[in-house]
Amino acid sequence: MSLLEIKNLHVSVDHHEILKGIDLVVNAGEVHSIMGPNGSGKSTLAQVLARREAYAVTDGQILFQGKDLLAMKPEEAACEGIFLAFQYPVEIPGIGNAYFLRSALNAIRKYHGQDEMDAMDFLPLFREKLKLLDMDEKLMNRSVNESFSGGEKKRNEILQMSILQPKLAILDETDSGLDIDALKIVAKGVNAMRSPDHAMIVVTHYQRLLNEIVPDFVHVLANGRIVRSGGPELALELEAKGYAELETVPA
Amino acid sequence: MITTSEQLETYLESFTGFQKRAVGHSLPWLRDLREAAFARFCEVGFPTTHDEDWRFTNVSAIARTQFELAPGGEVAAKDAERFRVSGAACQLVFVDGKFAPTLSSTSHLPPGVRANGLAREIARNSDALEPHLGRYLNIQRDAFSALNTAFAEDGAYVHIPKGVVLEAPVALLFIATESAKPLMTHPRNLIVVEAESQATVVEDYVSLGSTAAFSNTATELVSGENAVVSHYMIEREHQQTFNISTLRIQAARSANLSSHSVLIGGGLVRNNVHPVLAGEGAECLINGLFLGDGGQHLDNYMLVEHVSPHCASRQFYNGILDGHAHGVFHGRIIVHKDAQKTDAKQTNRNLLLSDDARIDTKPQLEIYADDVKCTHGATIGQIEENALFYLRSRGIDEVAARKLLLLAFASECLDRMRPSPAREHVETLIHDSLLSFAAAPGQAGAGVSKPRQQADEGRNWEEMG
Repeated sequence: MSLLEIKNLHVSVDHHEILKGIDLVVNAGEVHSIMGPNGSGKSTLAQVLARREAYAVTDGQILFQGKDLLAMKPEEAACEGIFLAFQYPVEIPGIGNAYFLRSALNAIRKYHGQDEMDAMDFLPLFREKLKLLDMDEKLMNRSVNESFSGGEKKRNEILQMSILQPKLAILDETDSGLDIDALKIVAKGVNAMRSPDHAMIVVTHYQRLLNEIVPDFVHVLANGRIVRSGGPELALELEAKGYAELETVPA
Repeated sequence: MITTSEQLETYLESFTGFQKRAVGHSLPWLRDLREAAFARFCEVGFPTTHDEDWRFTNVSAIARTQFELAPGGEVAAKDAERFRVSGAACQLVFVDGKFAPTLSSTSHLPPGVRANGLAREIARNSDALEPHLGRYLNIQRDAFSALNTAFAEDGAYVHIPKGVVLEAPVALLFIATESAKPLMTHPRNLIVVEAESQATVVEDYVSLGSTAAFSNTATELVSGENAVVSHYMIEREHQQTFNISTLRIQAARSANLSSHSVLIGGGLVRNNVHPVLAGEGAECLINGLFLGDGGQHLDNYMLVEHVSPHCASRQFYNGILDGHAHGVFHGRIIVHKDAQKTDAKQTNRNLLLSDDARIDTKPQLEIYADDVKCTHGATIGQIEENALFYLRSRGIDEVAARKLLLLAFASECLDRMRPSPAREHVETLIHDSLLSFAAAPGQAGAGVSKPRQQADEGRNWEEMG
């Protein structure tokens, strides 16, 4: 059984069809990259996988570990093992970062019938991951993402991912707006999670990130369809030629 | 609506009987005070929505109901127990406005500190009361203050002598009992904190049963020089209650006052907070949180008077409204002509959780000095869908996520309270109350009860009268 199976997925927003029949299979341990021009539907696919309700699925099916993902609420999808690193992480004044992270971890542990972690048990894990992402512990006493820089917000997403240890992580343009140092730290966090148990979908606009996180497969999304799929070399080809050519030639 | 003579008749009858038997009826100053107040009440009658101060709150339902003076009911000790503030230095309990010594305890008070029923103090200690009682509350501009003063007899008297630091709160618990007839109470509190002292006083209004009741309370809080005083007003009576409360604060030089209002219950609630910064360098924090659901009407009327130079006032009120609840925030700041270097700030933030919930927010600045800093601002919004999705996408279920977001909003008010048993007390109340607000529409059956919805039976004070 594949970890994720997307079959003929059609998605509309405000009666406007964005995804026009996506087929994609992701197995445990694989890293897939989805590339494509602006407006091709990359972020829509990411949001649908995280079960954002504003997106209407008009046709098709998504199976996650054999279960119907489209019947799940966002929190159920998260507890089943899906994680979306947001393109634009949300600021939530009044909720402390560390408290939020522990609440999330405990919600997932509870779902799987595990004991909740108290603050003392949580601390060592938390510190270890902070160190991995070169983040200041002081940041964690502040409200979620509030007055974080762009780079801090993206690192915070990866921190959450490393603590929650999802089976499938979807990184939605996590590289956008990062300088090369921050990009390397983020990539380090992501690569630390690569293992036969974890899969990833890396949505990106630029090939640059794929030098750091080398994917097993690259897919090109254009006009709501996957128009080409290949190995890491496809990303280099795109870098050289641009997307224009691909959009006119169906795979 | 003009108060008719018929309506006044009921009050006149009550007052005539009261004046004959009330504690202190033989004290000329107190007799005059009550009579003058009643005369003023008869003169002005209940306010109408044509009155600018009452534009958003229609009290005709109070005027039309024939309330009788509560004779004083009985409450078993175990029924009072669950309302207590744990960690309080003393707890005075009032049943239908009357001091209940058997339910009260003052054993943890340091020597010199006095906390007692006002009626007992009028009988034994009237010389200490005379310079303060009725000297601050303005009966001319407010009919409810006049009415309270006319019937002023019992309530709490708290006196903190000079230089005493009282860490634990003085808790005042007002229990309205179940009755066959609509009853009214007029609790009157006098809190005197002398110079360089520190104290926290909690007024907590609760009710048993569910009959219509009218709680018309007034508190005069007098703070000496350099004193630090926190006052909590908690309204959590049932939703058939009319609760009109007035807190009048008198702040001397360099006094530091905090008023925290937490409105959770009550049907029609008017919360008047009126600090007068009389001495130079006095500071006042006016902090509040109101949570309305069903047909609740929660009106917060702030009147902050800057009389002396170098005083600072900070008003922060947050409201969360669901169902067809109606909230009001009216923040009036008066800077008198000598009050140079005044620094006054006012913020009102609101979350509306339903299409039918409503908030009226109105700043009103009157500035007669020329070197002052006054700012005000108001926001109205909903629960942020983006934030809700973000939390849910991390595994936190919808109700828990909504509760977290509401709590974050409410925490802005909680964070302004000094850590103390009083703060812990209101934190618990707010947590419990928010749970019912967090149950998402259509999710009420999903393991979370929503008792507040029972109040949705269509009591909308705006439509009455």
